[in-house]
Amino acid sequence: MAGCRAVEELIARDAGRYRVTIFGAEPHVHYNRIMLSPVLAGEKTFDQIVINDRAWYDDNAVDLILSDPVEAIDRGAKTVTARSGRVVGYDRLLIATGSDPFIIPVPGHTLDGVISFRDMADVSRMIAAADAGGEAVVIGGGLLGLEAAHGLSLRGMKVTVIHLMPTLMERQLDEAAGWLLKSALEARGQTILTGADTAEIVGETCVEGVRLKDGRLIPASLVVMAVGIRPCVWLAKEAGLAVGRGIHVDDHMVTSDPAILAVGECVEHDGQVYGLVAPLWDMCRALADGLTERHTGYRGSVTSTKLKVSGIDVFSAGDFSGGQGAQDIVLRDASRGVYKRVIVRDDRIVGAVLYGDTGDGGWYFDLMKRGEDISTVRDMLIFGQAFALGGGQTDPKAAVAALSDNAEICGCNGVSKGKVVACIGGGAVTLDAVRGSCKASASCGSCTNVVENLLALTLGDDYGGERAVKTMCKCTSFGHDDVRREIVAQGMRSIPEVMQKLHWSTPDGCSSCRPALNYYLLCALPGEYVDDQQSRFVNERMHANIQKDGTYSVVPRMWGGVTNPRELRAIADVVEKYDAPLVKVTGGQRLDIFGIKKQDLPAVWADLNAAGMVSGHAYGKSLRTVKTCVGSDWCRFGTQDSTGLGIQTERMTWGSWMPHKFKIAVSGCPRNCAEATIKDFGVICVDSGYELHVGGNGGIHVRVTDLLCKVETEAEAMHYCAAFIQLYREEARYLERTAPWIERVGLERIKARIVEDAEGRDALAARFLHSQTFCQDDPWAARAKGAESEQHQPLSLMETA
Amino acid sequence: MTADRWIDVGRIEDIPPRGARTVVVEGGDEIAVFRAGDDAVFALINRCPHKGGPLSQGIVHGHSVACPLHNWNIALATGLAQGPDSGCTPTILVRVEDGRILIAPPQPVPA
Repeated sequence: MAGCRAVEELIARDAGRYRVTIFGAEPHVHYNRIMLSPVLAGEKTFDQIVINDRAWYDDNAVDLILSDPVEAIDRGAKTVTARSGRVVGYDRLLIATGSDPFIIPVPGHTLDGVISFRDMADVSRMIAAADAGGEAVVIGGGLLGLEAAHGLSLRGMKVTVIHLMPTLMERQLDEAAGWLLKSALEARGQTILTGADTAEIVGETCVEGVRLKDGRLIPASLVVMAVGIRPCVWLAKEAGLAVGRGIHVDDHMVTSDPAILAVGECVEHDGQVYGLVAPLWDMCRALADGLTERHTGYRGSVTSTKLKVSGIDVFSAGDFSGGQGAQDIVLRDASRGVYKRVIVRDDRIVGAVLYGDTGDGGWYFDLMKRGEDISTVRDMLIFGQAFALGGGQTDPKAAVAALSDNAEICGCNGVSKGKVVACIGGGAVTLDAVRGSCKASASCGSCTNVVENLLALTLGDDYGGERAVKTMCKCTSFGHDDVRREIVAQGMRSIPEVMQKLHWSTPDGCSSCRPALNYYLLCALPGEYVDDQQSRFVNERMHANIQKDGTYSVVPRMWGGVTNPRELRAIADVVEKYDAPLVKVTGGQRLDIFGIKKQDLPAVWADLNAAGMVSGHAYGKSLRTVKTCVGSDWCRFGTQDSTGLGIQTERMTWGSWMPHKFKIAVSGCPRNCAEATIKDFGVICVDSGYELHVGGNGGIHVRVTDLLCKVETEAEAMHYCAAFIQLYREEARYLERTAPWIERVGLERIKARIVEDAEGRDALAARFLHSQTFCQDDPWAARAKGAESEQHQPLSLMETA
Repeated sequence: MTADRWIDVGRIEDIPPRGARTVVVEGGDEIAVFRAGDDAVFALINRCPHKGGPLSQGIVHGHSVACPLHNWNIALATGLAQGPDSGCTPTILVRVEDGRILIAPPQPVPA
């Protein structure tokens, strides 16, 4: 990682200055090693952690030689020789051999099934072992070991962590935080043995278990050794360079040979070796500066660790061992699972340990690095930055503004606040542009909020706060409206395309975003977009309502609530034939047949289809029912034919997909027997015409409709209805019913679009009717004929030996 | 642990990506066999630890499934409920060999 990073920094400064050849031992292009844990845990794929693809190397004229490590350096001839025998000359040579995992040489350490956790090959081995099931032992309760344990546990293995020290991660966490972490991991099903010393790994040819010095034997088919790393220096040593614990380098990363430089975990600078990424980035910057004749130099790094172990946030920085003159400020909130400890000496922070809530880690770390006098905020220090600086105000922007330019914003890519601000100043005025130009927030995304605050701070009013809205879900930093806008603006045509272009953080989204994206694409591309069944909730996939016992209920459409003997007979027959335990009239005047088994659904639909009945869509985010009263034909108060208008309206609107369920009612007179004033769209017939009502909801929050307008004819009522539905379909957020939508955008805006803008209204109605030409197919009919029948049938069985 | 009885339940293509099919083994609970977007295959008892929802009917995302009844997220590899929820659905040993899915359900106890 350090080597490629150094090349990136170099190219960023002066692309044409050097011709670069990179030798790598692994068969892969440069990937983000820190993200191996999410790959192991199944949260990311390998492709998602690649930093630059092959094309980047070609574009920058970098020769990339993979699976061919350098095995010898000839300093006299200024050449390197790789394993394949290839010899390449150099003017300058950069050694970035990193570190090797440390394997404890206990008996049995060479058995098959004992591995380390260092590269993609290790991850592949762990995944393969987990696929076979069984038990795993992880030796080492540091970060790497715990991440390996977490990943293996998520992949179904029973995991035991063996740690020599009395508490976990003792180098990053104090005893209290280490203990909290242990309890939390145990609660997630892992076995954690602290103070446990490995005696031997037992097994014939493959690992069978681990024996501790106290005699305990823990069975295991996989043993992961994650006890530490040591700088990989043999190559430098054989070339005769000065080597201590690591390869000796000066402030410009130059080794004892002026033509040879070194960066990363393999170097020793000022007596220090580093195993965290932040110092590596510092070194790469100093190196690239040196190679392009800027002489900033590297002065060593103060390190902090911000980690997510098994979904638990932990942070530590500096010295937390206490000692002379050190005072502890501690906050414990057991019920929230939060522990914070700041160590202060001479009114300056010298260390911090945060567990459960690490939001202020960056602030403490920044204060510590700057050696700031904290005496004025000392009494509020432990409550965090917002409280200490703002007297209880919680303005995240003020918090970001208070950070120094050197404060690290993006840990994954080593980007400082100063660099983000410079990149915004250089024209990157959107989150995407920032991600593209300085890479902040482009990897794990946990710093997205901070980057947005920097955008807002730097651009002031010019920054629209495009994403200051709630995000769609945790897979993205975009809000619903952004996603809808981008789908249309960029002409995106599929869910994977949206996820790719908008930097989704998960491989295939979640149960919140996928149904929403499916709907947005369906709405944007009528007749073109191919519906994604796997992104639909079960009711829509099965065209029936799932009930608490896993059976389904079936509602045939009854246009306007009107039925006849043939339909009633068909329903009665279905109830008897399939032993349905309940038939019930719904709130929308339809008959609901309960207790149908999944495998019987196609036959039930076929029987109902035979009597001329189609699906009532009582399960979908779609037009449900049009409720009516009897109207002027029979009722002595009825002023218009509400039943007839209801049937026509249902014929026009059925089958349409919506952001949420959508209900219509038509009442024949202001007595409102069809309860039209608590429907998404309601019509009240009056002597002089039709009152059109919108935004009613009979749900948890009962909301009475707003009067949209009054029209004179049935045709107008239907036209306005179509236009209103289309506006809702195009502009509401998924799972937002009309009531909250109207409250959010305001009735005036709806009126302006539907009532006052005749041209816009016609266009909306036309788009609705166009989209209806593609979706008024009965989903039951296709299924009853056998489409996707496998959804209803179990897999078949074949015994093998 | 090795299974002494692997049952062939079909080809991996018999299950749509990000989908599931069920298998009924005589004398045992219904089993849901999942195929994730990356073609990893998992098998669980078809029952959410919360209210028994049929997990096979849920939305599969990553290596998790969201129960169709109350949207609990269950990890396909471990059967463990994710996030704030707790509970576990028993997992069934499964492997893919030459594109065929083999499962090893627990042996029914002979009467």
